[in-house]
Amino acid sequence: MTALNHVRVIASNTFREAVRDRVLYNLVVFMLLITGCAIFLGELTAGQESRTIVNIGLSAMLLFGVFIAIFVGVGLVSKEIEKKTLYTVFSKPVRRGEFIVGKYLGLCLTLLVNVAVMGLGVSIALLFVGGGSLSISIWGAIVLIFFELALITAVAVLFSSFSSPALSALLTFLIFVIGHFSSSLRDLAQNLGSNAAQWLFGAIYYLLPNFSHFEFVSHAAHGRVPSGSYLALALLYALAYIAVVIAVTALIFRRRNLK
Amino acid sequence: MDTIIEIKGLTKDYEKGFWKKKKIRALDDLSLQVEGGQIFGFLGGNGAGKTTTLKLLMSLIFPTEGSAKILGAEIGDPAMHQKIGYCPESPYFYDYLKADELMVYFGRLFGMDKGSAEKRSAELLTRVGLEKKDWKRQLRKFSKGMLQRVGLAQSLINDPEIVFMDEPMSGLDPIGRRQVRELIAELREEGKTVFMSSHILTDIEALCDNVAILRKGRLVEEGNLAELLRSTAQDSGFEVSVGGIESSVFKEAIKGKIASEINVKPGGFSLNVANEQDVEAVLASLNKLGGRLIGVNPVRQSLEELFVREET
Ligand SMILES: Nc1ncnc2c1ncn2[C@@H]1O[C@H](COP(=O)(O)OP(=O)(O)OP(=O)(O)O)[C@@H](O)[C@H]1O
Ligand SMILES: [Mg+2]
Repeated sequence: MTALNHVRVIASNTFREAVRDRVLYNLVVFMLLITGCAIFLGELTAGQESRTIVNIGLSAMLLFGVFIAIFVGVGLVSKEIEKKTLYTVFSKPVRRGEFIVGKYLGLCLTLLVNVAVMGLGVSIALLFVGGGSLSISIWGAIVLIFFELALITAVAVLFSSFSSPALSALLTFLIFVIGHFSSSLRDLAQNLGSNAAQWLFGAIYYLLPNFSHFEFVSHAAHGRVPSGSYLALALLYALAYIAVVIAVTALIFRRRNLK
Repeated sequence: MDTIIEIKGLTKDYEKGFWKKKKIRALDDLSLQVEGGQIFGFLGGNGAGKTTTLKLLMSLIFPTEGSAKILGAEIGDPAMHQKIGYCPESPYFYDYLKADELMVYFGRLFGMDKGSAEKRSAELLTRVGLEKKDWKRQLRKFSKGMLQRVGLAQSLINDPEIVFMDEPMSGLDPIGRRQVRELIAELREEGKTVFMSSHILTDIEALCDNVAILRKGRLVEEGNLAELLRSTAQDSGFEVSVGGIESSVFKEAIKGKIASEINVKPGGFSLNVANEQDVEAVLASLNKLGGRLIGVNPVRQSLEELFVREET
C-alpha cells in the first residue's frame, strides 16, 4: 500500500516536472506541422490527402515521442544523482525500486498525454480534409505508438542507471533503430550462411526489443484497424519487456552509491 | 536514555580513477553509540568524513565494511526512515517546485494527506524563518541560505524522533544562525535527538551535550563536551573588561597587587586574572579610580584548542 502510494506521488511529481520544464511545448510544433499539412496538401485528391496526413502525423508522433523518451528518459535518474536531489528523497521511507518505477510511470504519463493530444490534432485535421472515418480508425495505430514509446522509455532509463546521459541517449537511439530492422537483420543473417553471423543476428533478434510489433502507421493510412488480439499481443509483449527492463534497472540502482 | 544510534566498525573506501582503481579510505572503523534526547555533535575538519558517515547512515552510499542501527533497525530499512529526518550539506531540491510544494511532496512520501502536509509545511517554514512571500517562489530562485532553511524545514516534516543535520548553520546569516540554534535547542526540549555535524565551534559549544571528533576518517575523541573541555583545560581564570580610565593609570594602580597583562581594546582594555580574589581586587581599584566595569567573563578552554590539539 505504501509502495503504491510512493509510486503514485513520485509519478505525479515527475509529470509536473515535465510540464514545468516545458516538455509539452513540442505539441505546438506538432500542431503547426499538422495544420501546415492540412492546408498545403490541398492540391491532392481527398483520399490521398487524408492518407498523407495520417502518414506524416503518426510518423511525427512517433519521432517526437522517441525524442522525448530518450532525452527526458536518460536524465530521469542521472540528473537526480548529479544534482543530489535524491539525498532528501531516500532519507524518506522510499525504496529505490519505488523511485525507479515512479519516475518511469511519470514519464509514461507525460508521453500518454502528448500522444493523446497529438492524436486529437491528427483526428481533427482529418475531419477538416474530409477523412471522417480515418479520424476514428487511426487510434489503434496510436495506441501501438504509445506502447512503443513506453518500451523505449524503459530502455533509456535502464541505460541511464549505469552510463552517462550522452552515451545512454546514443545507445537507446541505436536500439530504436535496430529494433525496427531486427527481423530484416535476421533474414539477412540466414542468407549469409556464416554460423557466427547467424548466431549474432539471431541473438540480436531475440534479445533486443522488436519494434515491428508496433508498426501500423502505413496500414492505418489505408484505414485498416489492428485486431483486438493483435493489440493484446503487442500490449503483452511491451509489458513483459518493460517489466524485465525496469526490474533490471531497479536491481542495478539498488546497490548504487549516490555521488 | 536508550542507545538509539549504534555504529559498528563503519568503514568506507571511495574508488578513484577509471583504469587503475585507487582506494581512498574516507571513514575508518568508526564505532559509536548515541543516546536519545540530546544534541550530539559530530565534529571534524574539512574532509574528516562527517558527510560520508551521514550518507552511510542514510543509505545513500553503502559501507565497505561495518554496520549501523538506528532506532534498533538496520540502516536501509525504509520503515525506520518514517521516524527520522535528514538535512544534507548544502541541500539542493527540485528547482521547478515552490518551497511549499516541495514540503507537501515530501509530506506525502511519509503518507500524510495533502491537507495535513500543507499545515505542517506552513508551521515549519515559519519556524525556520523563511518569509511567507518566498513560500510560493520556485526553488531555483532561492539563495543558499534560503535553501538551507528549506532543508531544515523538510527534515522535520514527519516530526521525526532523530534528525540528522549536516552542517545545519552553513550559509546562514547571523539572524538565521540564531534562529536555527534556537530551533535545535527546542528540538531537544521536545525530547528529540539531533545528530549534527559541524566544524563551527561556537555553535557546538552553545548546543551540544556530547561530541565525537573525527580526524582523517578516524574517531579521535568522544564524550561529554563539558568534561572533554575540563580535561583539556589548563589555567582557566577570568577576563575583566574595563573602561573609562587610562590603561596606564590603572596599570600603575594595580602594580604589585595583580599580575596581569593589559590588552587595550576599543572603548577600554581588558585583563586576565587567575581567580576570584583578583577580580575583587580589580573591582576595588576600579572603584577608587572612577573607572567603569564592562564585564567579567570566565576564560574557558575553548573547543578550538581541543580541535587544534587533535590536529597536531
Ligand atoms: N564521492 C566521493 N568520491 C571520492 N572521494 C570522496 C567522495 N566524497 C568524499 N570523498 C573523500 O572522502 C573524504 C571525507 O569527505 P567528507 O565529505 O565525508 O568530509 P567532511 O568531514 O564532510 O568534510 P567537510 O567539512 O568539508 O564537509 C575526503 O577525503 C573526500 O575527498
Ligand atoms: Mg561535509
